[in-house]
Amino acid sequence: MSKTSSIIQVARLVKRFKDLAAVDDISFTVEAGEIFAFLGPNGAGKSTTIKVLITLLAPTSGTATIDGHDIARQAPEVRRAIGYVPQMISVDGTLTASENLMLMARLYDIPRAERKERVREMLAFLNLEGHTDALVRTFSGGMIRKMEVGQAMLHRPKVLLLDEPTTGLDPVARQNVWEHLFDLRGRFGTTIFFSTHNMEEADEVSDRVAVMNRGRIAATGTAEELKAKTGKPDATLEDAFIFFTGNKLQETGNFREIRRARQIERRLG
Amino acid sequence: MLHYLSQTFQKSYVLAEMETRKLLHDPTELISRAVQPILWLGIFGEALSKVRAIATPGLTYLQFITPGILTQSVVFVAIFYGLYVIMDRDTGVLQKLLVTPTPRLALVWGKMIAAGIRGLSQALIVFLFAMVLGIRLRITPWSVLGVIVIVMLGASFFTGLSMIVASIVKTRERFMGIGQVITLPLFFASNAIYPIAIMPAWLQAVARVNPLSYMVDGLRALMLSGGVARVGFDMGVLAIAALLISMLSAWFYPKVVM
Repeated sequence: MSKTSSIIQVARLVKRFKDLAAVDDISFTVEAGEIFAFLGPNGAGKSTTIKVLITLLAPTSGTATIDGHDIARQAPEVRRAIGYVPQMISVDGTLTASENLMLMARLYDIPRAERKERVREMLAFLNLEGHTDALVRTFSGGMIRKMEVGQAMLHRPKVLLLDEPTTGLDPVARQNVWEHLFDLRGRFGTTIFFSTHNMEEADEVSDRVAVMNRGRIAATGTAEELKAKTGKPDATLEDAFIFFTGNKLQETGNFREIRRARQIERRLG
Repeated sequence: MLHYLSQTFQKSYVLAEMETRKLLHDPTELISRAVQPILWLGIFGEALSKVRAIATPGLTYLQFITPGILTQSVVFVAIFYGLYVIMDRDTGVLQKLLVTPTPRLALVWGKMIAAGIRGLSQALIVFLFAMVLGIRLRITPWSVLGVIVIVMLGASFFTGLSMIVASIVKTRERFMGIGQVITLPLFFASNAIYPIAIMPAWLQAVARVNPLSYMVDGLRALMLSGGVARVGFDMGVLAIAALLISMLSAWFYPKVVM
């Protein structure tokens, strides 16, 4: 793979579960340092795509590479190149902030001599120095998400993948989480790939958006480009979504997905 | 291969340490778990030793069941330890761990060791309470070391079994149901509270393949009667059983959370 190629390359990716094509022949690329939004309703195939990219699910067909490593054949290299923040709460509430970070530092083989400093720096970066030894279950929703980003960034991956990172957060916490993500990109040039069903969020924070619906990508481009294609002046990204998919971005999804979304909201709120 | 093994040992240690830290942050679990062995020894044991219904040659009945009660309380911790797999699965913790470059076997061993450490705290409680009741036990550096090894191996085996069940059934309700169903038969079909010799033949057969019997047997030899050869055999059986079940458990362990 040449150094100049895109940091994420997905070509004709398909993931089937029995009869259902959760991801149905999608292709896209993400450039290094980009903030890339995967926009779509619950059940559109966003999470499945992410699980294929992070090497937990094998693709049915098609290929994907991250930082030049093939997700199917070079899973260990891919795992070291990425950081991942799941949709569900992934910090351990029964451990302290520093223990949660230390756990990840050790699982990612950060040398012993650097670990403490790396953890301290991260806590400072997240403005959580005052909570180093507090149990994470006492944290607010925004602090929890920041901790999760911190856990995923300790080993300084080139690509950070976040699954619905701000679902369940209030607007202030959402803003705060994004400020930290922008800051990460500024410092380390981290590529940020995130899924969301929130139109405004995709519009405000991302460099480019892929509109996903029923397992397919309906359109890719900057939010401005997508809006312009609707032909309407003052079009919103929601208008663009309807234009490309023929659908409203409503809360579809099955019982499990909705229960999960509500659980997250309750825990973070 | 060597790299894989050293990674597995290292990461198991890290995960076990974190599990143990959780326990230190909130030790109430240790206290509530102390109740059961105290009741078995203090009430059941005392009562049955007065009746003298069960012949335990050379030993008082209380002496006889102390290793059995210790085994039981360790196995109770272990057999429900798979619940943590379900809890990690219900949150995003498991998902995040699965994406790290951690060998799957380390995820399993980490939990096994952590359950073993909880088992050791049970052993301490049983030893202390046995002293309070005036039950004479053999306490030498070697016997204590042996007890530690058997408790760790036994806890590992039953934790492995528990994690397989947890990985298959996936929900707390089903898991708790199965846990309740298997614990008492395991306990009764063993030499924990009566000698195998007094069982009907079919139950003897079950007791002989029940790993719990080997725990009790090894602990009884260490804590009471001695007998190095027996202990070595029991440890060998438990070690092989624990290793095999850990591999099986790693195979069943969730690969992705949908």
